[in-house]
Amino acid sequence: MSVTVKIPTQLRSVAGGEAEVDVDGAGTVGEALERVFERHGELRDRMLEDGELRRFVNVYLDGEDVRFLDGLATPVPAGAELTILPAVAGG
Amino acid sequence: MGATGLTCRECKAPYGLEARYVCDRCFGPLEVAYDLDTTLDVDERRRRIQAGPQNIWRYSDFLPLEAPPGPSARTLSRTGLPAGCTPLIRADRLADHLGLREVWVKNDAANPTHSFKDRVVAVGAARAREMGYDVLACASTGNLANAVAAQAAALGMESYVLIPSDLEEQKVLATGVYGTNLIKVRGTYDDVNRLCTELSGERENWAFVNVNIRPYYAEGSKTLAYEIAEQLGWRVPDTIVCPIASGSLYTKIAKGFEEWLALGIAEGSAPVMHGAQALGCSPVAGAWAEGKDVCRPVKPDTIAKSLAIGNPADGPYALDLARRSGGSIASVDDEEIRAGIRLLAETTGVFTETAGGVTTATLAKLAEEGTIDPDESVVLVITGEGLKTLDAVRDTFTSFEIDARLDSFLDAVESVGAAT
Repeated sequence: MSVTVKIPTQLRSVAGGEAEVDVDGAGTVGEALERVFERHGELRDRMLEDGELRRFVNVYLDGEDVRFLDGLATPVPAGAELTILPAVAGG
Repeated sequence: MGATGLTCRECKAPYGLEARYVCDRCFGPLEVAYDLDTTLDVDERRRRIQAGPQNIWRYSDFLPLEAPPGPSARTLSRTGLPAGCTPLIRADRLADHLGLREVWVKNDAANPTHSFKDRVVAVGAARAREMGYDVLACASTGNLANAVAAQAAALGMESYVLIPSDLEEQKVLATGVYGTNLIKVRGTYDDVNRLCTELSGERENWAFVNVNIRPYYAEGSKTLAYEIAEQLGWRVPDTIVCPIASGSLYTKIAKGFEEWLALGIAEGSAPVMHGAQALGCSPVAGAWAEGKDVCRPVKPDTIAKSLAIGNPADGPYALDLARRSGGSIASVDDEEIRAGIRLLAETTGVFTETAGGVTTATLAKLAEEGTIDPDESVVLVITGEGLKTLDAVRDTFTSFEIDARLDSFLDAVESVGAAT
């Protein structure tokens, strides 16, 4: 089963306009994102800096901020949903 | 207007004055940039302010609006629910108690829905109207919910207010009464915020005041600084103590003072900025104590629900401000928060909510440890109303129940040594 990665509106222009990308064979959050980057290369720089998530990028695994889990090394179960969102909202 | 565009705080990329809150390139936050008319002299600027209405629209020269709301004449701004012009109270009894010389309480509970959020919502809603939106929405810890629901009612806009389902009953009731679409989300504020961030991408005709309208909305907090300076006779106080949830209020108060100092409207120097958090949700105070320049998100567990943001958007900027202003960011526990509410009430007659308890307890701590010099002038920013968090004061005092007879009074009250 695949993992669904949801792309925020701000990044869709560099993701071929896609709102969701399904990827296969990803064991971790980082690997799932790599599969997306393979398809949409420009996304990598927008999201990562020195191999880590940028400060203002949040990634949620089934609603939980991956920073509370194991970051990019967090395992992703089949059928999981990863949501990418800007971090600067609220307050 | 003086606003010229939006600029990314991180990579400086410029954008137009649109409904946009993050940089497409680096996801950094966008902030309003101004080009203020420098040909006006200080007296002229002050006169324009003083000729304005008794609300935040007197500062519309410094806000990102095409025009102040309402009829064209500045003094006739009566549209919507105007905020601001709240009292600045000299708090000598509190100062005596803390061993300080000059303490002022900026009581922003005196706004229409009893918190500083009326300021930011007034600006955010006015800008949303200018951009053609007719639906107002927000993710809220409670005070913003009140303010958005009320402002939308006053403007005749539809509204959607999303809150954590465990909010204080008073805040829930004081939102629903305005006829908003009230949505209780099972989760923390950070969960609500995530949902709204996602939703704002899917509901492009909605103005989420603290998501897609956030750069404009946040500017409303500068009016607290303008008011404090104007009320002190165009003077900037030495020190500010202010609560931190997302860090937006804290950083925008500093920005307001800096703008007026640069233009010469206010005299003095940039104030020392002390931030206050509840220990049960202290990602910024925690990062400060560890000397970090970014915050690690936390799961909130505190009675100060209005400050319970575990992943503060402006955390890095709050840390930077504390550092460059010579201030600090401290935290206080729930017992200290309750004591802070009582201290402010008993020495000033101002009954504040838990966030004000956090701020007052932090001031007391800073005074006690000598971080605040006794000769500094200090302004305590009280952002909300005690009647909204009544549970925090339940069982913190005793009362007498008696029959309506003199002997009952004497037995019950005088026998235990109550003041006569």
